[in-house]
Amino acid sequence: MVKKTKDGLYIKPIKKGTTIDHLPAGTAFLVLKIIGTPEDTITVAVRVPSRKLGIKDLVFAENKLLSEEQIAKIALIAPNATINIIENNQVKQKIRLQQPSEVKGLIQCINPNCITNVENIPSRFYIDKNGIAKCHYCERTMTREEYIARIRV
Amino acid sequence: MEEIPKTNFSLKDVVSISDFKREDIEAVLNVAECMEKLPKERKSSLLKGKIVASLFFEPSTRTRLSFETAIQNLGAGVIGFADAKVSSVKKGETLSDTIRVVSGYADIIVMRHYIEGAARLASEVSSKPIINAGDGANQHPTQTLLDLYTIKKAFGKIDGLTIGLLGDLKYGRTVHSLAQALSLFDKIKLAFISPEELKMPEHIKEHIKGIKYEEFTELAAVLPELDVLYVTRIQRERFADPAEYEKVRGKYIVNKESLKGAKECLKIMHPLPRVNELSPELDQTKYALYFEQARNGVPVREALLYLLKDVRKW
Repeated sequence: MVKKTKDGLYIKPIKKGTTIDHLPAGTAFLVLKIIGTPEDTITVAVRVPSRKLGIKDLVFAENKLLSEEQIAKIALIAPNATINIIENNQVKQKIRLQQPSEVKGLIQCINPNCITNVENIPSRFYIDKNGIAKCHYCERTMTREEYIARIRV
Repeated sequence: MEEIPKTNFSLKDVVSISDFKREDIEAVLNVAECMEKLPKERKSSLLKGKIVASLFFEPSTRTRLSFETAIQNLGAGVIGFADAKVSSVKKGETLSDTIRVVSGYADIIVMRHYIEGAARLASEVSSKPIINAGDGANQHPTQTLLDLYTIKKAFGKIDGLTIGLLGDLKYGRTVHSLAQALSLFDKIKLAFISPEELKMPEHIKEHIKGIKYEEFTELAAVLPELDVLYVTRIQRERFADPAEYEKVRGKYIVNKESLKGAKECLKIMHPLPRVNELSPELDQTKYALYFEQARNGVPVREALLYLLKDVRKW
């Protein structure tokens, strides 16, 4: 949770809340959108040097617990991210995200002529090992960049 | 007396060719073959007392008429509409509600819709089987099944054939579904023949990884190997630059001249309607299979109606 960069700079740890680590560089602001309007301090670090990713983003949200839906959305953006739930300066729970194989209601279909964009029904996608999402209804496929841009926030 | 084969057909709806396993396809083809041999009187009792709804939210000639012929041949009654303007959709009713209501009246629902994914949604809200007769640019599984039936009837098999798909392979839903379905068969070789701009999309190629395929820009390069040549139309509006269209269009017109060097047994197929990509001079040749292909829509649709006649989903 406390991240030391190669330059020896630290990001202030949090006592209680949620930290989101190993976000691909450039995705922190999308994650903030998903978290929504904060009631407390959120610290964001962008393009932090990382051994694992080269560079990465970090989000520390004080006194904040994420909902299952928010975690599912973050898993779409950053399937290799780690979420830590912090209490009393300690990691209470570590959640290693995984790319979901199926998502319901989280993304809007790219196809304007898809039934999910016409009738009021939740969208449904299957995501393959290459990160390609296929619409359950119209069968159109989207790349990760395309569906990340269509996550409902 | 001709017996209708017992099958392991596993589907409760016919929405997308990607739901089919090889056994399901074979069940349809075997029953279709039997439908062609059954005496008329016997056939007309198979769906006696059943009601089939034919809901065409978008106009269609061939598909609707061949479905309605199949329904009548099997002795079922038909309800429905050929144009959404005369249905309650015009009053703003949702598709889900229309289908829920109709599934209370009919034993099977055949539907065509201009919205992609409409058939999948219908299959989720209907207690009776849905047959997708085309959902926008997405799926048209009964076309694929009749294509496969036509190939099987002409060659006695599908396994081991070399099949060329020519024309607009980028946007053509018929060729996408056909390639997907053929990938379930053994030792199939596919040749994708198209202009650079209209090549088979990566996601379809990904799907058919298990079989051999090659890509060509010229028919002549692969013609001598082909058992089947499946021709589709190249539409002008697919090209950003009209000059590009003019450059390629002549290259993909199939006529007697372009078939020089073809195998004796070559068969030409086309989903129809054609414009100028398939010369009428071929109609009377041994190669032409496309009118028979259109006729085969009836026994294949009869087979599907027969296989789904007693399905109740809940």
